[in-house]
Amino acid sequence: MGQTMAEKLLARAAGKKEVAPGELINAKIDLALGNDITAPVAIKEFARIGVEKVFDPERIALIPDHFTPNKDIAAAEQVKLMREFARRYGIVHYYEVGRMGVEHALLPELGLVLPGEVIIGADSHTCTYGALGAFATGVGSTDLAAAMATGELWFKVPPTIRLVFTGELPPLLGGKDLILYAIGRLGVDGARYAALEFTGPAILALEMDGRFTMSNMAIEAGAKAGLIAPDAKTEAYLQGRARRPYTVLRGDADAPVLAEHYIDVSTLEPQVAAPFSPANVHPVSSLAGTVLDQVVIGSCTNGRLDDLREAAAILKGRRVHPRVRLLVIPATQAVYRQALKEGLLEIFIAAEAAVSTPTCGPCLGGHMGILAEGEVALATTNRNFVGRMGHPGSKVYLSNPAVAAASAVAGAIIHPKELGEVK
Amino acid sequence: MAVFSGKIWKFGDDVDTDAIIPARYLNTSDPAELARHCMEDADPTFSAKLSPGDIIVAGKNFGCGSSREHAPIAIKAAGIACVIAESFARIFYRNAINIGLPILEAAEASRCLAEGDRVEVDLEKGEIRHLEKGEVYRAVPFPPFMQELIAAGGLINYVRQKVKAT
Ligand code: SF4
Repeated sequence: MGQTMAEKLLARAAGKKEVAPGELINAKIDLALGNDITAPVAIKEFARIGVEKVFDPERIALIPDHFTPNKDIAAAEQVKLMREFARRYGIVHYYEVGRMGVEHALLPELGLVLPGEVIIGADSHTCTYGALGAFATGVGSTDLAAAMATGELWFKVPPTIRLVFTGELPPLLGGKDLILYAIGRLGVDGARYAALEFTGPAILALEMDGRFTMSNMAIEAGAKAGLIAPDAKTEAYLQGRARRPYTVLRGDADAPVLAEHYIDVSTLEPQVAAPFSPANVHPVSSLAGTVLDQVVIGSCTNGRLDDLREAAAILKGRRVHPRVRLLVIPATQAVYRQALKEGLLEIFIAAEAAVSTPTCGPCLGGHMGILAEGEVALATTNRNFVGRMGHPGSKVYLSNPAVAAASAVAGAIIHPKELGEVK
Repeated sequence: MAVFSGKIWKFGDDVDTDAIIPARYLNTSDPAELARHCMEDADPTFSAKLSPGDIIVAGKNFGCGSSREHAPIAIKAAGIACVIAESFARIFYRNAINIGLPILEAAEASRCLAEGDRVEVDLEKGEIRHLEKGEVYRAVPFPPFMQELIAAGGLINYVRQKVKAT
């Protein structure tokens, strides 16, 4: 009997030939991640364990990205704690403002997360790295503390739900639409405790940036991981980037799974999640006309280069609606710089968008772009819970970058094709 | 403290971590400060109404969303003795056990109990007893490994023992 990709990845890390769903294992961690919200709690817990050093200073990444550049004194104190911990224990992968990026865009870009690995992060969107064929999952700060001390953590092996995406994706749609549609079908707990596996011709056709977007939102269906088997595109992405040797592991075709769903993408419209759940998903046309105050393009979901290119293709030669504030936040310094070279930033600024240094910022209602009571935003981010971007009486809709850009111009939610020929 | 009793505050399905502790308060990890804002966006008066030992009862997928351990920390620091739900989101479940916030997965209790009810909870037996009606609801038992973690007083104590032993 075959093994799923999730099972093979966890078996390798546990030093076992095979594992079965439900089994509790102790797995070696290839990389452990923390940020400026979760690391300070982990650092306090780490001190209680009573070890002299971290398990491996090269295999811990501490990324201050949520409230940075520091939004206030309290945030500055948290980052200071991280910085001092990083110095004291010789943590190699600590990145300051000016060198950093939103963690889940930054780590793949730096070649720090690789196929075949088991990665934990004290951040729920750690599942992003599943797009590279790694078993990557979010944990809490105490788990991070234990992993930093021992390089190991306990896991329960999840069953797998396979989503097979067939057909050809229509223009102006991307990974975001596939994952939103899937979450709409599964519900916010439809994959609770399971590993999601994304496969099929429409996944093979996606570039890496679109795949990261999909794996990023696996948690929004409650999944423990969102896996995509590595292929030639993965290898090309890792060329000259990977910091360690790695082993590609793929699942067996005959491996038993909990469920398998087929999704034909060829007739999909761009998808939009309405408040207050990422599973409250509708085709864009049924929400068309929803008046907007703010549009945000960025985050670990859709702040990568392909996302900015898609937005720029629509904003070129156009202007943001006078009522709307458009924020564009490249996810990393490298994305920012490349967007500058390609003239994308020029297009955004000419369209009267505010372009910011990389930060999580408004995505979690942290800083820079907080909504007032009654305000409505459309964002390329991943969550639209009550109060996610500011006042509990504000609202957030979620979409892909093309829909976000077009809607910023229209002043209301719109299908990008309604704007006319994309210039 | 394996047996305790308290008054119930009832919540629905899919209570997310942004509702439990909004991100705007995450520039601190001080438990007392977090406790003040516990459940604020779901019910702004919540932390003021609580008495120590109260119990949260919720529907399915409690604690979905972010991995912030500030969520179970806020609940624990607010004086909530235990959270009973039909089911928990995976990371919240892990975090609660790791920090020693008692949680119970009990579908029947989640359905039958109402706000203001008083119950007695026996954590070891996994039993929830309605103090007026006398009805007893059973919780899903923890696997042995997790019982070990709970008995050790959470993950850090468990790891500390392990590290010392090697
Ligand atoms: S961009 Fe948003 S979802 Fe991603 S890590 Fe930052 S706060 Fe979390």
